Amino acid sequence: MADTGNSEAIAAAFADGPAYVPYLAVGDPDYEASLEYVRALDRGGADVIELGLPFSEPIAEGPTIQGALVRSLDAGMTPDRFFAFAEELDVEAPLVCMTYYNLIYQYGGSEARSASDASGETASTGPRPFVERAAAAGIEGLVVPDLPAEEADPLREACDEFGLDLVFIVAPTTVGDRLDRIMSRVSGYVYVQARLGTTGARSDVSDQTTQSLDRLAEYDVPKAVGFGISSGDHAERIVAGGADGVIVGSALVDIVAEGVEDDLSTAAVADRLEALSRELKAGAERGHAARAEPAESR
Amino acid sequence: MSETEPTTSEATSARDGADAATPSRRPGRERGRDDGKFGPYGGQYVPEALMPAIEELTDAYRRYVLGNEDGFMDEFRERLADFGGRPTPLQRADRLSERYDREVYLKREDLLHGGAHKLNNALGQVLLAKYMGKERIVAETGAGQHGTATAMAAAHLDIPCEIYMGERDINRQRPNVFRMKLNGAEVNPVTAGRGTLKEAISETMRDWATTVENTHYVIGSIVGPHPFPVMVRDFQAVISEEAREQSIEKAGELPTDVVACAGGGSNTMGTFAGFVDDEAVALHAVEAGGSTLEVDEEAGVAPNSASLYTGEEGVLHGARTKLLQDSDGQIMESHSISSGLDYAGVGPELAYLVDEGRVSPVAVDDDAALEGFHRLSSTEGIIPALETAHAFGFLEEHHEELGDRVVVNVSGRGDKDLDAAIEETDKRDIDEAPDMSMFTGGI
Repeated sequence: MADTGNSEAIAAAFADGPAYVPYLAVGDPDYEASLEYVRALDRGGADVIELGLPFSEPIAEGPTIQGALVRSLDAGMTPDRFFAFAEELDVEAPLVCMTYYNLIYQYGGSEARSASDASGETASTGPRPFVERAAAAGIEGLVVPDLPAEEADPLREACDEFGLDLVFIVAPTTVGDRLDRIMSRVSGYVYVQARLGTTGARSDVSDQTTQSLDRLAEYDVPKAVGFGISSGDHAERIVAGGADGVIVGSALVDIVAEGVEDDLSTAAVADRLEALSRELKAGAERGHAARAEPAESR
Repeated sequence: MSETEPTTSEATSARDGADAATPSRRPGRERGRDDGKFGPYGGQYVPEALMPAIEELTDAYRRYVLGNEDGFMDEFRERLADFGGRPTPLQRADRLSERYDREVYLKREDLLHGGAHKLNNALGQVLLAKYMGKERIVAETGAGQHGTATAMAAAHLDIPCEIYMGERDINRQRPNVFRMKLNGAEVNPVTAGRGTLKEAISETMRDWATTVENTHYVIGSIVGPHPFPVMVRDFQAVISEEAREQSIEKAGELPTDVVACAGGGSNTMGTFAGFVDDEAVALHAVEAGGSTLEVDEEAGVAPNSASLYTGEEGVLHGARTKLLQDSDGQIMESHSISSGLDYAGVGPELAYLVDEGRVSPVAVDDDAALEGFHRLSSTEGIIPALETAHAFGFLEEHHEELGDRVVVNVSGRGDKDLDAAIEETDKRDIDEAPDMSMFTGGI
């Protein structure tokens, strides 16, 4: 599978055993606490960490993650502070940035615009400056929920230029030509949306997940299942069902939100994040062991 | 072939040597139908889970709207006439014509059922949902005009309807909330974010992402992912199709200028679509200049809604277009005295037509709009919506730059705005305004 990926660290994260891929919104509820929370995920066994860069109109998120993004924005998060955060983190797991296309598209745009205004040319915005800055900050991949494969070529090129993976989301309703179009552009891993709808923690496992994994079996890219995974048992069943990894967001964000509501200390919230991470990671490993014949790098 | 074109020198410009077999002699009228692209604008920037619904809708748009399959367009036109009251008149405004020393005509969309142009689109989309076999309608609304139009259309066509509306807007627009409920719609308050139109759009998209199989999303303007911008334009184009014919009938020729207010842009494109290919007809999109065009980057607030006039290219709610955004790309809070224009984006087709120089954007501030509101009310006996009033503010400020036959779209009536009008008038000294000192509160 290494031939489809740009990031060696992400490939390695999926190479030996199931990957636990937690998500948190960076800067939720503030910069300093958020640093501690992401480090707790790393201690808890994260193989890849997805860092949410908040956009003001997150159309793909449910209320839980939307709440986190609003808290982060209210606390002053910006793309530049996000990159500073990634540089300051110093964790073992490779970092993937999850954000919306307008922030990628606009990055460096105001400088480009004032420069081009001076030269009398039209503005040159585009994804390249963002990807260049992300690479410099140690980001190894991007997930952009509102960027369909059809519009993704400029970003794909920039990611290839700077060695980042570009992760796409595949929904239960993604079939046929659309699936091929996405799978021909994906790298690192494919984010398998476990069910229709937006993000949010739920307790059951969906048939849609199994069907999606079956459809994806022929593609040589790691499959990480996300949307609604909230417990170790849940992660176990997902991995036993054929996933190469589990992506967990809302269940972790819920812990941060409770910390805000109940006014808990940063350390207390970090402990809970680390504990849930251990549970999820252990569940994923049980699921992997339970597979009848674990397929080594198909 | 140009002999069949109604009389006007500009209509016969025989562009691209139009060969008689193709109907492409009015290419602007059909722009974007194939792929939803308007130059660099438009597209389908949506979560993957929505793509199948959007592909299904694109297919239905081609078959029913463009192809008139099963007589869809015939039924749409019939219902617009019988339920909606079309055609709406094109009326000569005698006092304004005298005041500005040129012929001023009013396209009376305020006389459409519901009191605004919104029904053209809502009825078209709700009917389309029925043809597609959908069992449920969702829609967003800001001021409540699109929500009330959708609720009316859904009741008329007997299909369940849920409207998402920002909590702040619900408090500002109680009569409209009641109207929706009277028509049997459920109104879901949106508390996320700042509780206004853009949050309501996001929330409706989220609902649709979960329920695509049985639900149609009736978007309220020429915004969002393809095919919404072209489809809503095509439903609203009836405004300019009528106005074009009526102009020729009444004045013997096309207007020199066509004026419409612009928020998201559905009444604007509806008023322009039929004239886009008439290159001698100047098209003026009047945006809400709010209190000022200066933005407060620190607070993320643009105290206006002039995205065509001042916005920068970006991606919002499924389309690339012109937006009010900060230098990072975060969307700004917009403002206008009229909540119907209060949106940080604009339809991608208008963004393109502005870049091409085909449409002139102009900003009219809150003060001039309110004066326009009073002027039309007191001189012509028509109380316009505050959105519409911006077009009359433009007329007052710019009439000397216009030709001698001007058509202004009266996109809606002002009854919904009376509370706001009293409150805003109170803060200002306006010549044409009635003395309201006998009132201590709202109506």
